[in-house]
Amino acid sequence: MDCIRLEYDVDGENFASAGNASESVKRTLKQLGIPPASVRRVAIAMYEGEINMVIHAHGGKAVAEIYPDRIDITLKDTGPGIADIGLAMKAGWSTASENIRSLGFGAGMGLPNMKKYSDEMDIDSVVGVGTTVFLRIRF
Amino acid sequence: MTIREVVKLLDAEILCGQDRLDTEIHTACGSDMMSDVLAYVKDQSVLLTGLLNPQVVRTAEMMDMLCIVFVRGKKPEQSVIDLAAEKGIVLLSTEKRLFVACGILYTNGLGG
Repeated sequence: MDCIRLEYDVDGENFASAGNASESVKRTLKQLGIPPASVRRVAIAMYEGEINMVIHAHGGKAVAEIYPDRIDITLKDTGPGIADIGLAMKAGWSTASENIRSLGFGAGMGLPNMKKYSDEMDIDSVVGVGTTVFLRIRF
Repeated sequence: MTIREVVKLLDAEILCGQDRLDTEIHTACGSDMMSDVLAYVKDQSVLLTGLLNPQVVRTAEMMDMLCIVFVRGKKPEQSVIDLAAEKGIVLLSTEKRLFVACGILYTNGLGG
């Protein structure tokens, strides 16, 4: 199997559609016969990232590259950036507003959860420019 | 137990997924914080919540959950019900509060 590349625009103005990209990737992996436990890790890690893009960064681009042994996911936004990545990685730490919390998110578990479910994770962020998150998950 | 038994125990209304009531379930979780569901839940098949937005269905879908129970008599908008129906997730609504609904299911054998 060659690399399958999937690209998505994540709409930052539409909370209801957040998760569309992750759902599509999940469905594709299932169709490819990837083990269910791996599919779920990918789905959760990517969904957390997609939610972050919508609630913190007005959306962006999501790219998934599927190889026989792994998936590489790149989530790129032009949002406010993360001032202190170390702090953002701490479980329970969040800059989310009360409005976001009322939607059931913003518990400060997004980035730690993405790290937990991925094999490799890299965050590149510049305040005022945007954030790119790379996730690699082996099947 | 089956989802049908959950309906009976919680005196719940079926919002969608009528054809999946005989599905076996073994575990459940209760939370209004989807972040926590995504972080702490493992292999739970039922989600009890008071939150009504579409991301409740998305979260359940990502976690491979089979059934969502809305507590305190809450019912989501039709678009949320349609989304769950499309994903094959059963939606129920009960008048009971979260703590009571969880307690009833737990004492009747559903694990955490």
